[in-house]
Amino acid sequence: MRPVLLATDVLIFVLIAAVIGAGFYVRRQEYLLASWRRVGESRAGMAALTVLMAFLAVGLLDSLHYRPRLQGTNGESGIGYATEVRSVLDAVLMPLRNRAEKTYSAPLATHLYAKETVEMPDGKQARVFPRLRHGGAHLQDPEAQWGVDVAWKTARGVVLAAAAWVVLAALAARLAARHWRVGWGAAWRRLWRGETRFAWNAVLATAGALLLLAGPTASLAVDYHVLGTDKVGQDVLYLTLKSIRTALVIGTITTLAMLPFAVVLGIVAGYVGGWVDDAIQYIYTTLNSIPAVLLIAAAVLMMQVVIDTHPEWFATAAERADARLLALCLILGVTSWTGLCRLLRAETLKLRELEYVQAAQAFGVSSLRIMARHILPNVMHIVLIALVMDFSGLVLAEAVLSYVGIGVDPTTISFGTMINTARMELAREPIVWWPLAAAFVFMFVLVLAANLFSDAVRDGFDPRTHLRPRRGRVPGVVA
Amino acid sequence: MTAPLLEVQDLSTWLDTGSGTVRAVDHVSFAVYPGETFALLGESGCGKSMTALSLLRLLPDAGRIVGGAVRFGGTDLLALTEAQMRQVRGRDMAIIFQEPATSLNPVLTVGSQIGEVLARHRGLAGGAARERTVQLLVQVGIPDPQRRLDEYPFQLSGGMKQRVMIAMALAGEPRLLIADEPTTALDVTIQAQVLELLARLQAERCMAMLLITHDLGIVAQIAHRVGVMYAGELVESAPRQAFFAAPRHPYARKLFAALPRPERRGAALDTIPGGVPPLTKVFKGCRFAERCPEAWERCHAEVPAWHEAGEGHGVRCHLYDRGSGIGNQRPAGAGERMVEQTMPARDADTPAKPLLEVRDLKVHFPIRKGVFKRTVDYVKAVDGVSLELHAGRTLALVGESGSGKTTAGKAILQLLRPTAGRVRFEGQELTGLSSAQLRPLRSAMQIVFQDPYASLDPRMRVGDTIEEGVAALGLGRRRSAELLDKVGLAADMRGRYPHEFSGGQRQRIAIARALSVNPRLIVCDEPTSALDVSVQAQILNLLKELQDSLGLSYLFITHNIAVVDYLAHEVAVMYLGRIVERGSVHEILRAPKHPYTEALLSAVPRIDGESRRPVIILKGDMPSPVNPPSGCHFHPRCPQAMDVCRKDYPGETRLSDTRSVHCHLFR
Repeated sequence: MRPVLLATDVLIFVLIAAVIGAGFYVRRQEYLLASWRRVGESRAGMAALTVLMAFLAVGLLDSLHYRPRLQGTNGESGIGYATEVRSVLDAVLMPLRNRAEKTYSAPLATHLYAKETVEMPDGKQARVFPRLRHGGAHLQDPEAQWGVDVAWKTARGVVLAAAAWVVLAALAARLAARHWRVGWGAAWRRLWRGETRFAWNAVLATAGALLLLAGPTASLAVDYHVLGTDKVGQDVLYLTLKSIRTALVIGTITTLAMLPFAVVLGIVAGYVGGWVDDAIQYIYTTLNSIPAVLLIAAAVLMMQVVIDTHPEWFATAAERADARLLALCLILGVTSWTGLCRLLRAETLKLRELEYVQAAQAFGVSSLRIMARHILPNVMHIVLIALVMDFSGLVLAEAVLSYVGIGVDPTTISFGTMINTARMELAREPIVWWPLAAAFVFMFVLVLAANLFSDAVRDGFDPRTHLRPRRGRVPGVVA
Repeated sequence: MTAPLLEVQDLSTWLDTGSGTVRAVDHVSFAVYPGETFALLGESGCGKSMTALSLLRLLPDAGRIVGGAVRFGGTDLLALTEAQMRQVRGRDMAIIFQEPATSLNPVLTVGSQIGEVLARHRGLAGGAARERTVQLLVQVGIPDPQRRLDEYPFQLSGGMKQRVMIAMALAGEPRLLIADEPTTALDVTIQAQVLELLARLQAERCMAMLLITHDLGIVAQIAHRVGVMYAGELVESAPRQAFFAAPRHPYARKLFAALPRPERRGAALDTIPGGVPPLTKVFKGCRFAERCPEAWERCHAEVPAWHEAGEGHGVRCHLYDRGSGIGNQRPAGAGERMVEQTMPARDADTPAKPLLEVRDLKVHFPIRKGVFKRTVDYVKAVDGVSLELHAGRTLALVGESGSGKTTAGKAILQLLRPTAGRVRFEGQELTGLSSAQLRPLRSAMQIVFQDPYASLDPRMRVGDTIEEGVAALGLGRRRSAELLDKVGLAADMRGRYPHEFSGGQRQRIAIARALSVNPRLIVCDEPTSALDVSVQAQILNLLKELQDSLGLSYLFITHNIAVVDYLAHEVAVMYLGRIVERGSVHEILRAPKHPYTEALLSAVPRIDGESRRPVIILKGDMPSPVNPPSGCHFHPRCPQAMDVCRKDYPGETRLSDTRSVHCHLFR
């Protein structure tokens, strides 16, 4: 096989490297560390972070791409590679990926959801719900065996999950025991009763809940389509897991694209003032008054034309789809920096008048240096809060845009494309509800976790939670 | 004696905070009698405001009253339900807060805010309420009350807002008025107006007043009895005369000694080492023992009891334990132990060449309007200021807020570009230089700001903050350790962040930062006005010491006359962007000529309150610098205004070598 680096993969890895680098930086900065500690104390926040980490793990596995080697087809011409790009996640989920049915089947079903005319052994033709090719194919008599089989496999999954959780808990207890130099039992009690500053019990409980969901699902997925299949018989569980990467890419790379605009323009406008401020304000008011969907539609269509007229740029279909995804991120980024820019401009206007900035001016420190050393670190908390809060909005935006048809490439699997196809399925009789439900639940959990985490971050960085000692009376009291 | 109106017994209020339980008020007992003003005096963080809020049961969410009794006219307030308590607030007791700007609702008219109280507590509505509101506004001395009734708070000046607050408090006809630092946010001439108003209203209505303040001068002016609070405890309580004649508690004595006064020129001020201890800990001994010069072992081991030390004079100190008998040896009076020193010889001779020479400095801020942002008018913040400052001397720039002193200071340093005029520093013209040309001169002139919380970057270590200037100007050697030592801080504090320091320590850091580049001139922009008296004394001592050892010149911008009297060599008084009088500190402060200077000086509350001078109460407020009055800017408020004052701005009259005044009286 040959590794393939798609553009978005590169950006994702750069981003992760940046986050790790920022982590090391934060460790040395006391004030940042204090804020992050407060984030770590929030139980809801840490539970949400655990969920986000699970999503992130799936997304990362899906970002390691390669082209599988073709088994010697053409004799001496050497090694050939498939034109299809796969990811590690595809390899892990190979059974799900390959076991396609003919068309719709309900979750955990053994029969198709549509009647077909089949020839009976006695030569007559009948319209029946045929057995699935893969889902529950091992059962001799589905009517009788199905219930027992599903229950047994669920139980097996639960037991496996419990075992995994016990291992995880033991590992945590052992690490904690070594850290505090106490016995395992004592360490575990401390962890579980929340006697630690970091909300370890929330993390462990959430991990347990996730395992309890994942265990039975994995156990059942070997023989069934846990979330059913879609119109062309693809496993819906596979589709939703693949959608996670798209959502994460949109949520994170977009912010990466918008950050330079927002931070640089916002701080410069606020600090320099004068005509520079006027010009920047003009740009973002103008940008803001163009309907965003219109702007995005126009840009995406233009990108599409460019991509279509240059097929030679892309070796594979995956690269072409990825280019469109990246383009969408950039376009969303360019249209969404105005809000943060406005905030940063206002904050800079305030900071500029503060006396420590004036003291720096009195030393003749250059404007660029003042912006970098005094203004930027003091607005970073706003940037961070805005980023985390924007993430969920962008994931939702992708769904909406793909639904409207100006989002990602139709071949890219995403929550938006899933919801788009669900339009027809909901109008069908009998109704096909599971693809929409699956996309909805996964997206809901992802966005909810992101929102809860961003709440925790905002609280942690809120200056009111650690008020400086003030003179005079306590604020917030009315006469 | 009549029964007390308010009786507080063993009141304790605790606050639950992240760093533990703060015992903000700890077994405080006092009584307020009808028609009496009881002043609670103390530094910030001593629990004065918490006591007041406890009386009204208006504590913040984290606070709770854990013990004691509050009896108001016989009823126990702590036993009332919340609904009954609402009846008490406003009708029986009312409170006015420090900051008039945030105490009024900006989207309601003055009339409707006062009307609310009238409707709630007096059952008045419609025409009757309006009539009563007008009466109230007349009582608090607001001119043209019919019109003011329908105005919004933003249309009123600070002094007017505080008057409206007082009118609101009076609307319920309370028997007790709690005034929490009522004049701290106001200028000294406005403060004089408000204090006079409070004293008058109290006498007229025979109302009791609980005055909370940190200012000994205000206490001397209007209080009948005084209670001194320290670290959540009442440490001394006495009638005013007895207290000012002979404060008993070492803390109270130290407070007096820390006040800057002319008699102490040249000598270092008495300071109280350290700061108020954190109230989260449980005290084993006396709370003041750590800072007390007279403490002995017993003070650290045993909590002092309350001792009677004369007629109505109580004190919480082991010195006054009847058995020990030490206490009566040294009832050090307020005016005692003052070192009479002659002025340093430097005061007299003036070096020939001034270090800083400012001529006709003007700073006008354009007011822009309309789509094209055309300049329609100017705010004439500084409008023709001329002054001179010689090496090693201190020039105080005195004036009320809005007089343009800070703007002038910044324009001299070229932090703001002046509109016109000349600034010569060591013979070199500064105006018109580009910022690159100015950079080599930056090291010679520095600035220390007012707010120690805003003047240090919270995200930078103290060492980096101090060394920023050296790095920016490429002066080589970094010496933050040495500088920290010089301003009285430990060198190993370099690695800490500003939030770990108290206000006074921060101000020391700000001074170290200014010193880092070896300046010859430092503009001190109200460097002590955000600090407590004892900390202010530390900073003033430091500034003085640095001037003596390094030969620094200070341009000292302040509104605090006492500080001027202690520190300055020369004084320039500013009013509405112009200097109205200028001269040596003796000439100006002992024999003011300009009517404004006279009024300003008379308005300063003195602690030797017995020798009451007539306070010249100025009418109205300072006009807006957008359109200053014609002729002399001061004539609308001047008690001696003549016809010519309305027409022409008076030119400079030189009264002596050092002294000049702008007033038609001296033409």
